[in-house]
Amino acid sequence: MTDLPADLRSLSTVKPGERGVIIEVRRELHAQDHGVDPEELERRLLEFGFVEGAHVEVLHEGAVGHDPIAVRLDDMRVALRRRDAGQIWLRMDAPETVR
Amino acid sequence: MSEAVLQASPAAERTVRVALVGNPNSGKTALFNALTGARQKVANYAGVTVERKEGAAIAASGRHLAILDLPGTYSLRARSPDEVVTRDAVLGRLDGEVEPDVLICVADATNLRLVLRLALELKAVGRPMVLAMNMYDIAQRQGLRIDLDGLSRDLGCPIVTTVATRRRGLEDLTAKVEELIEAGHVSVANTWREPDATEIRAAHREAQRLLKAYVRPPEHPDTLTGRIDSVLLHPIAGLAILLVLLFVMFQAVFTWAGPAQDAIDAGVAALGSALSAILPDGLLKSLVVDGIIAGVGSVLVFLPQILILFLFIILLEDFGYMARAAFLMDRIMGGAGLHGRAFIPLLSSFACAIPGIMAARVIDNKRDRLTTILVAPLMTCSARIPVYTLIIGAFIPDRTVGGVLNLQGLVMFGLYASGIFSALAVSFVIRHVFWRSAVEPFLMELPTYKLPDPKNVIHNLLLRAKIFLNRAGRIIMPLMVLVWVLSTFPRAPANATQPAIDYSFAGMIGHALQPLFAPIGFNWQMVVALIPGFAAREVAVAALGTVYAVADADAAPGTLGTVLAGHWSLATGLSFLAWYVFAPQCVATLGVVKRETNSWLWMWVMFGYMTALAYLSSLAIYHLAVSLGWG
Repeated sequence: MTDLPADLRSLSTVKPGERGVIIEVRRELHAQDHGVDPEELERRLLEFGFVEGAHVEVLHEGAVGHDPIAVRLDDMRVALRRRDAGQIWLRMDAPETVR
Repeated sequence: MSEAVLQASPAAERTVRVALVGNPNSGKTALFNALTGARQKVANYAGVTVERKEGAAIAASGRHLAILDLPGTYSLRARSPDEVVTRDAVLGRLDGEVEPDVLICVADATNLRLVLRLALELKAVGRPMVLAMNMYDIAQRQGLRIDLDGLSRDLGCPIVTTVATRRRGLEDLTAKVEELIEAGHVSVANTWREPDATEIRAAHREAQRLLKAYVRPPEHPDTLTGRIDSVLLHPIAGLAILLVLLFVMFQAVFTWAGPAQDAIDAGVAALGSALSAILPDGLLKSLVVDGIIAGVGSVLVFLPQILILFLFIILLEDFGYMARAAFLMDRIMGGAGLHGRAFIPLLSSFACAIPGIMAARVIDNKRDRLTTILVAPLMTCSARIPVYTLIIGAFIPDRTVGGVLNLQGLVMFGLYASGIFSALAVSFVIRHVFWRSAVEPFLMELPTYKLPDPKNVIHNLLLRAKIFLNRAGRIIMPLMVLVWVLSTFPRAPANATQPAIDYSFAGMIGHALQPLFAPIGFNWQMVVALIPGFAAREVAVAALGTVYAVADADAAPGTLGTVLAGHWSLATGLSFLAWYVFAPQCVATLGVVKRETNSWLWMWVMFGYMTALAYLSSLAIYHLAVSLGWG
């Protein structure tokens, strides 16, 4: 797999209020135990609408360890754990100056 | 209908089999309820624990439709046992099921993206299909414009708009189904196969294209959900609200159910005494009054708690809060290897493990659900309270410690805490030792908040009551009668000097097992009392009364307490309490576990591990107490 551009961020590191566009949903980069194989996790993410081009905004996070996260994904809301969000790569929108 | 007509068109007039498929939260079940009303049958699919809901509807023409409500799914690529059922039913390869003639794909009109992708998958199956554009009123209110003709043309299937909760569009829907059948639409070759990542991406692009072409985004999008979420999902306020909600629920299950339970108890007792006045003394009377009526009563008495609990669960689910609660609790429960959704079943188990185990249905993943079911009976159920009260009253001095705390209350709290702690510990062991690799990804849609529809809530509540009574009747009742047989036969001789139970099988088993229980400080009377305690944990109190020949032990626990304090050492009393933290002997719970897991194995696993824990903790407590000089 090719390396990703340096300005991309993994959804697992995004804080509430930040938003971006999905550039790539990739298979596991590092071995991590998800209970399912990396390809299966990728398909599940895709089925939920985590596809390239979708707009994502992190809305809320859990109290313990900032986990799980609730995100707006285009026009729906989805909750997921940060460890499962690790392979979703975003190009972040510039922070809005006027709110 | 005349016979001639039947012979003329046998195929045209036969019942049409329709299957409802859709995303979770699409209002699929509401549509099912609206179509079929009370004409529903609920069972399990052969060999799996997935609920099978079928109902009958009659189209305007009088044709009968058999409608199957399939579990909600995002894809035919099945990931949970529920979704396997949906896939196999759609593909017509489910054992014991006839394949559907027509599919109805149910869509939430305000949330089309994922269901369009599902619809594309369903098209590949090759069966005639109708898309039910449900919750269409909400879409209209939001100013969402859908070009139904265009979408229908591109999808290649008719679209009907429906509002299940207002019963709108139902006739159109059944008429469309008939039209497809009459126009001779039959299944064509099934080209569906499990899509890989590339194909899912392609399907998404197609769904995106359809959305862009035929759906204009809402003029007044729903902002309410976002605003409610900013409170309910707030890391601190959200958790506080959840705790308050749980507290109210817990209180309601305990206090609101009380009067109804008392009424049921009184009714059962009145029926029992009325019948004992009529029936001649003897075996028949004992079987009817002590066996059957008492048995039915001990099951019925759970019904108010189950109804109240399920009322809360259904309301929270329909409102859309359940997914939020799972979100808030996921990390906290996750530490012990439990799923966020497990907290409702576990909380319910404080009232009674039976509704708790039934409530574990909200957990999709099989292993998560089994873990929850296995630990649910460790939460201190209300049936243990009479036993705790009796033993604490008899052995723990009523005095203040540390200035403010009551020692008896402290022990009671300790017993509850031990229950919670052991439930967490057991699930930790299950998930970290036995099923290590099974931490499933946690991906969950947070649905838009909606006001629950009263008709739907009542419908689902009655359905739960029916299922419970049906199951209880078939599994729990016969076991109750078995317990009665064990405690009644053989009967006491005419010149008996001991209580009758002493001469029965239960008495013999008690005496025979006593050596096994000697190391944990139980005398034979206690072992005997444990056997009728199988019927329900609190029956042990009455049984202790019987073996110690204290009349009316239930009504006067004080007397029995004094007698016990005279016969038992403190170490024995504590050991009995420790046993009851686990108390594996509850036939009703075991029966429900058998039902819900559809397996005798898991029932025995539960009984085995709980007995082992009860024995070991009693052993430890007894010996600790003896070494402290309390023996």
